[in-house]
Amino acid sequence: MSSRLRRRLLSSLLSLVALVVIVFFLSRLTGDPSALYLPLAASEEARENFREVNGLNEPLLVQFGHFATDIVRLDFGESLRTSRPALEMVLEAFAWTLQLAVLTITLVIVAATVIGSLAAFNVGGAFDRVATVMSLIGASAPDFWIAIIGILVFSIGFGWLPTSGTGTVWHWILPIAVLFIRPFGLITQVVRNAMIAALHAPYTKTARAKGAGSRRIIFGHALRNASLPIVTVVGDQAAGMLNGAVIVETIFGFPGVGKLMIDSILMRDFSVILASIVVTAIAILLMNMLIDLIYAALDPRTRT
Amino acid sequence: MQHSIPAPAPESTQPLGTLSLLRRDPAASIATLFLVVMVGATVFVAPALQDAAESTDLRGRNAPPFDLERDWQFFLGADALGRPILPRILVAARNTLLIAGCSVLLALGIGGGLGLIAGYSRGAISPLLMRMADIIMSFPSLLLAVIVLYMLKPSILNLVIVLSITRIPVYLRATRAEVMEIRQRMFVQAAAVMGASHLRIILTHILPIVLPTLLTIATLEFAFVVLAESALSFLGIGIQPPEITWGMMVAQGKPYLVQAWWLSFWPGLAIILTTLSLTLLSNWMRLAFDPAQRWRLEQ
Repeated sequence: MSSRLRRRLLSSLLSLVALVVIVFFLSRLTGDPSALYLPLAASEEARENFREVNGLNEPLLVQFGHFATDIVRLDFGESLRTSRPALEMVLEAFAWTLQLAVLTITLVIVAATVIGSLAAFNVGGAFDRVATVMSLIGASAPDFWIAIIGILVFSIGFGWLPTSGTGTVWHWILPIAVLFIRPFGLITQVVRNAMIAALHAPYTKTARAKGAGSRRIIFGHALRNASLPIVTVVGDQAAGMLNGAVIVETIFGFPGVGKLMIDSILMRDFSVILASIVVTAIAILLMNMLIDLIYAALDPRTRT
Repeated sequence: MQHSIPAPAPESTQPLGTLSLLRRDPAASIATLFLVVMVGATVFVAPALQDAAESTDLRGRNAPPFDLERDWQFFLGADALGRPILPRILVAARNTLLIAGCSVLLALGIGGGLGLIAGYSRGAISPLLMRMADIIMSFPSLLLAVIVLYMLKPSILNLVIVLSITRIPVYLRATRAEVMEIRQRMFVQAAAVMGASHLRIILTHILPIVLPTLLTIATLEFAFVVLAESALSFLGIGIQPPEITWGMMVAQGKPYLVQAWWLSFWPGLAIILTTLSLTLLSNWMRLAFDPAQRWRLEQ
């Protein structure tokens, strides 16, 4: 295992621990935890009973011990809304989000690489200008607004696409399109700049001078070197996709982990919130390590 | 630095001032003009429109936009309670820009300050600060904000705190990287040899070089924070009624999408124009403040 990967694993685990500690102390220090777990209308007796059963009258450090061991055993308790184990609900929802995110990020990588590279071949040309303007607008548009306009135009206006749910292929088009826009704008910009730099680098001139064909120059030299910054930004955006998923899933009624989290927050379902936090954090940890592995495969300098 | 670059425009013998440089770039000029007008309207016009923005008129519910028969305040239409949209957008702009401005300043101050320390000191504090930045960065910032706002109560102050904490690492990393490079340069060593204190070296020799980079990042971050705040308010865990922001106005218009598209459309347009302007301005600043790139703008 490379030292970079080991360092990443260590810092990710540390951040996971820090996150859990922060969540625990915020939930305990900002008032009565029974207010977090129980519905607002719960009676005082129910609250007292709840504190007794869950050991909330014990010292804070003892409570933290229980809390931490439960999390290590991945035991988050049951949902208040559905009485199902919180972890089960979260994993179910996470599968949906994962499908949505993987589909979207694949489309983004393909589209951004093609369009960003084409823009870089002819800097200042018509295609470059259109691509730059589109990607700038894409990167600055609020996704919830794009989603609403999408519903307005394609569902209400033309009646082509359903407004919410997951039944058919048509249900996936609007959520993917909305989730696609911001990372596409950002990654296209990065691809364009990285390709411009790579096409003007000395090694490209050398390759051209010794008579390599343009396909070999682009795929063998330029794109390979330009892929490092692209992989970095793709990694950031893939993790950031969870931000977008919260919005998109809420608006389109998509049963993913983002919607589950917001619903649980509005319904004060603390066990489910906690399970979502931990599962999401572990997923991001795994993805960061995957990015590091890809990075190591692409860049021999990090392989020591 | 500037004179070592061969200037491609031979007619301009001396470097252009920053303002005239800005005027040469149409996109950046329009963006700046829009931002100045928006801030001006928010500061000088919005207070006078506070009452108009809250006056309900149940006969004028969801009044359509571009109706010249009515008062100019109704030019963009009226919302579900008959409140005029244009004044509401200006009043909401005050909250949106205030929250974003405070968050950016707070994150800039703390992140930049810690970055100066982390980059300059050779002690154990630098890796410690970087680990903490890693921890914050390893979780999506909107999710982090959602969780913290759930446990603290949503208020303007808490919004500012959450939005700045999640963005401090951005400034911290950029400042540290740049300071570590500047620290090695001859003029810093010369200042140290002449007996300047650490504080003096950081404030008068290093900070002026880092500041343009920080301001460029802050401009781009302002756009990010406006988007994040709007998203939180849209989800209902940001600012709470009766206070309004643009994101909340979009949310309030959502149930009336079929009958009255303008309720959600205009505040969303205000967000996109503001963030687009900030992005364009920050792209221009990146070139204008970089001595090695500035000639591109002077062509």
